[in-house]
Amino acid sequence: MAFIPHTDDDVRQMLATIGVGHIDDLFDEIPKSLRAGPLSAIPPAASEMEIGRLMSERAARDGRPLNFIGAGAYEHHIPAAVWAIVTRGEIYSAYTPYQAEASQGTLQTIYEYQTMIASLTAMEVSNASLYDGASGLAEACLMAVRANRRSKSLRILMPRAVNPAYRKCAQAIAGNQNLRFEAIGFDPASGQTALDALERHAGEDVTALVIQQPNFFGTLEDVDRLTDWGHQHGALVIAVVNPTSLALLKPPGEWGEHGVDIVVGEGQPLGVPLAAGGPYFGFMTTRMEHVRQMPGRIVGRTLDLDGRPGFTLTLQAREQHIRRGKATSNICTNQGLLMSAGTIYLAIVGPEGLERVASASLARTAELVAALTQIKGVREAFAAPRFHEALLKLDRPVAPVLEELARRGIAGGYDASADYPELGHALLVCATETKTSGDIATYAAALRAVLGTARAA
Amino acid sequence: MSNNVPAELRYTQSHEWVRRNPDGTVTIGITDHAQHALGDLVFAETPEAGRTVAAGEACAVVESVKAASDVYAPIAGTVLEGNGGLADAPESINTDPYGAGWLWKLRPADAKALDALLDAGGYQKFLAESAE
Repeated sequence: MAFIPHTDDDVRQMLATIGVGHIDDLFDEIPKSLRAGPLSAIPPAASEMEIGRLMSERAARDGRPLNFIGAGAYEHHIPAAVWAIVTRGEIYSAYTPYQAEASQGTLQTIYEYQTMIASLTAMEVSNASLYDGASGLAEACLMAVRANRRSKSLRILMPRAVNPAYRKCAQAIAGNQNLRFEAIGFDPASGQTALDALERHAGEDVTALVIQQPNFFGTLEDVDRLTDWGHQHGALVIAVVNPTSLALLKPPGEWGEHGVDIVVGEGQPLGVPLAAGGPYFGFMTTRMEHVRQMPGRIVGRTLDLDGRPGFTLTLQAREQHIRRGKATSNICTNQGLLMSAGTIYLAIVGPEGLERVASASLARTAELVAALTQIKGVREAFAAPRFHEALLKLDRPVAPVLEELARRGIAGGYDASADYPELGHALLVCATETKTSGDIATYAAALRAVLGTARAA
Repeated sequence: MSNNVPAELRYTQSHEWVRRNPDGTVTIGITDHAQHALGDLVFAETPEAGRTVAAGEACAVVESVKAASDVYAPIAGTVLEGNGGLADAPESINTDPYGAGWLWKLRPADAKALDALLDAGGYQKFLAESAE
C-alpha cells in the first residue's frame, strides 16, 4: 500500500491540467543513466509476521557480547528515566515543529540543551545539534572557511590521530567543495599529534587546524600548545571532543591563550544507546563573533509583548528556508529526539554524576590495560596519558583474535590495523563505568587463552 | 514608499549607490529604497580591505530579521575598507543609508566605469517602472 492519498483519478486530472502524459515525463531532465530503475535485487514483500520472525532470529545471532569497543561510540549506563521521558508524546519527534514558537516546550528543551553544551565546552553559543560527530566536523571545516576571512587557501590541517571515520566523512562532504585536508602525523612513541609535523606548515596560508581530545587512540593531546600554534599561524582552531571527558578535562573554550574557535563532537555518550551507525547526534559550539557562520538552528530566549519570557528561533536568515543556496549549511536539520535524550541525561546525572561517569571510565580503562598488558604478546602502544581508551599492540594479526574472542561472547575492541598500517597489529580497547572488575578479569582470561592456544605470527 | 535619491550619486538596478570621493576613491551603500524594502537591518557583513572585486560580484551581505541579501560591487576595483561602525549600529543603514550606513570604500580599477551607471534621474525612472 502506498501512503499517498491520491487516487488514480487525482493523478490523471493533475497530469492533464499541466499537459503531461505520464508521471515519468516529469523526471525527463534527469539523464537515464542516473535513474535508479526497478529495484530488482529486493525480494518480494514479506508479511509483518514473517519480518518479525526474521528480525528476532537475526537479533539473537548478535547475542549480548561483553563490549570493550569504543572508537567513537561508547557504552554508558543510561538512567531508565531518560528514555521514559523522551518517548512521551510531547517530545517524541525528531523535528522542530512548523510554527516553532507555538511549541514552547520543544524550544525550551533546545534552549536548555544549548545552555548545557555551551557550558560543558566553555564556549559562548551552541546550535540545536547536528546529525552526528563526523558530519559535525565536516560542517566545522566549512564554517571555518567562511569565518576565517584572512585565509584564502581552503586548507585544513587534519591530524592522522583524528578518528578515521570522521576524516573520511569530512573529505566526502567538504572535499567536493574544494577544501583540502593536509594530514599531520603523530609521534610514534606518544601517539600525540607531532608539533614538528605542524611546523612544516609554518608560514603557509592555513584556514583551520583540527584537534581531537582525547584523540582516536584515547591519548591526550597537548591541546594548549596545539591551539596556540594554530592561532599564531593565522588558522582557526576546531576542537573535536568527547562530551563525557569534559567533566574531567579542560574545556576547549579554555585551551591555550585564547581558547578554540569552533567545538564539535559526538553526543551519543550522553544517553543515546549504541546502535549500528546511529542515529546519534552531533553538537557544535562557537564564539559570538562567528555565530552568523554557524550552521543549524539556534533557539533564543526573549520577552513577548506582555513582557513574559519565551523562546524563539533566532538568526534564521542564515538558514536555507531563507538564504536558499547561500545558507550556512544544506544539512542543518537537528537530531531533535537524540538531542532531547542528551539534555535529559545531563539534567539527570548533573555535573557531579557526569564527573563520576568520566572518572569511573578512566579508572576502568586503566585497570583493563594493566590486566591485558600482563599477557605475553600484548603491550600498550603509547606512553602518553589517556582517557577511557587505549591502543594495544598484539604479536599477531588482530582480526582472528577478535573472532576467537567473539566466539567467547566478548567484543574485544576495534581493529585499527587497516587505518594505521604503520602501527602493526593494533587493537583499540575501551572500558567505561559499565564494566566491572569481574568483566575485566573475564576478558583478560579469554585473551590469555586465545593467545596461548595459537602460536605468535 | 520612501524614495530619497540624492542627485550627486550614481546607482545600479540592484539598488546600490556610489559616491565619487575627491581623492578618486568611491563609497558604496544601498539605497533608501532598498533599506526600506528590506526592513529593520540587524547585521551587515562588509568586504575586507585589499580584496579585489569584479563588477557585479557579491561582496557584502545585509541581514534583516527575516532575510539576508547580497550587495554587489557596482564597479570593479580594490576594497579599501568596510564600514566597521556597522558592527555595533547596523540600523544606521535604515536611518542614514547615504551617510553613516555606507558599506565599503573602493579604489576603482577604471574611474570611467562610473559613467556607465544610472544617474539619479535614471534610477528614479527605473524605480517608477519597477513599481508599475
